[in-house]
Amino acid sequence: MRITQGAFSFLPDLTDRQIQAQVQYCLDKGWAVNFEYTDDPHPRNVYWEMWGMPMFDLKDAKGVMMELAECRKHHGDVYIRLSAFDSSHGWESVRLSFIVNRPATEPGFRLARAELAGRRIGYSTSAYAANQPEGQRYK
Amino acid sequence: MTSAEPSLKSVRLRDEIEGSGINEVLEQLDRELIGLKPVKTRIREIASLLLVERVRQKLGLTGEVPTLHMSFTGNPGTGKTTVAMRMADILHRLGFVRRGQLISVTRDDLVGQYIGHTAPKTREVLKRAMGGVLFIDEAYYLYRPENERDYGQEAIEILLQVMENQREDLVVILAGYASRMETFFTSNPGFRSRIAHHIDFPDYGEDELASIAGLMLQQQNYSFSPEAEAAFGRYIALRRQQPLFSNARSIRNALDRARLRQANRLVADLDRALTAKDIMTIEPADILASRVFTQGTPDHGP
Repeated sequence: MRITQGAFSFLPDLTDRQIQAQVQYCLDKGWAVNFEYTDDPHPRNVYWEMWGMPMFDLKDAKGVMMELAECRKHHGDVYIRLSAFDSSHGWESVRLSFIVNRPATEPGFRLARAELAGRRIGYSTSAYAANQPEGQRYK
Repeated sequence: MTSAEPSLKSVRLRDEIEGSGINEVLEQLDRELIGLKPVKTRIREIASLLLVERVRQKLGLTGEVPTLHMSFTGNPGTGKTTVAMRMADILHRLGFVRRGQLISVTRDDLVGQYIGHTAPKTREVLKRAMGGVLFIDEAYYLYRPENERDYGQEAIEILLQVMENQREDLVVILAGYASRMETFFTSNPGFRSRIAHHIDFPDYGEDELASIAGLMLQQQNYSFSPEAEAAFGRYIALRRQQPLFSNARSIRNALDRARLRQANRLVADLDRALTAKDIMTIEPADILASRVFTQGTPDHGP
């Protein structure tokens, strides 16, 4: 099951040229771009690992694409997302975030139902990939 | 830039020049940089080459991206950084770099202090320079032959790789003293073959230094009185003979100190009614107080 998080996630995966164009838009706006990766696809997982520092002072998207290539070399089998941070006063938050790399196969999520008191049902989801310990998923 | 089907039959060079605004940059170069005849000639030649290259691309006659990496050699204060900045502008206007920013670095910005520190540092600088010009000042420091475990070699390898494979993304300009750059190129033949343009910056003559001083003062809204101008001429002649003379930079420092003395002189007489002309004018006393005249040594360093 293809996970959909961040912008553009209902579109086909962006090509490198399309990613570069998006990055150039961010840089032209003065946002700092950075990469994060994770092998835990759960939507409530907010703890993605940072790949290096956010890239300030860049003018051209090619520099960011170099870093993406480097990140893919090491973590090409898991999820990588790009986020663009706007440090200007009043915003000070992430303005754009989208997935730029995903594993070859995404096994999806198991839905577990728990029968609670008074015939209520609680639902929880867990990723099949997360059955493996961290670092051994999507191999 | 990729080869496209020839969509045009003919191109007029005048339209190209006017469309790119390249002439303004070249004229500004002529106006604001005194002397440096050979440098200006070379830059005009390079600009013409790039212009023709651009037209060739428009007519579909493209080969591959021309190698644009350069080396600027010359003594300190001969205007290497200033020209590099203009070069970035020229390349940007002609569309050979995408953004046209100039990132100026030295060895410290590229080479790390321990194993594994150099590559990320160099890559960081390269990322900032993408789409623009990377200016490496005193580039010969990158290579330290006396220490075979020096991390400079690692930075050199990364640089060479990017200079070769990403020619359309950035232009590298190496700068330094002529003799030491020569040694540097001899020990790193990879650099010499990847650099298309070697430009040598000559030292300034005395009258050129005097007009540089005049231009610097004019930009700061000061001027010499006629006697002060003569005194400064003598100052230049003496200062040039002394060690650690660094051309235009020494002139700028000398002028800064003259301004200091002028301010002191003005403050010494608090009750005098000053006109704008008094505040603007540098008198001979402000220059003749320099140690260059009395002891034959520069005031403070170069």
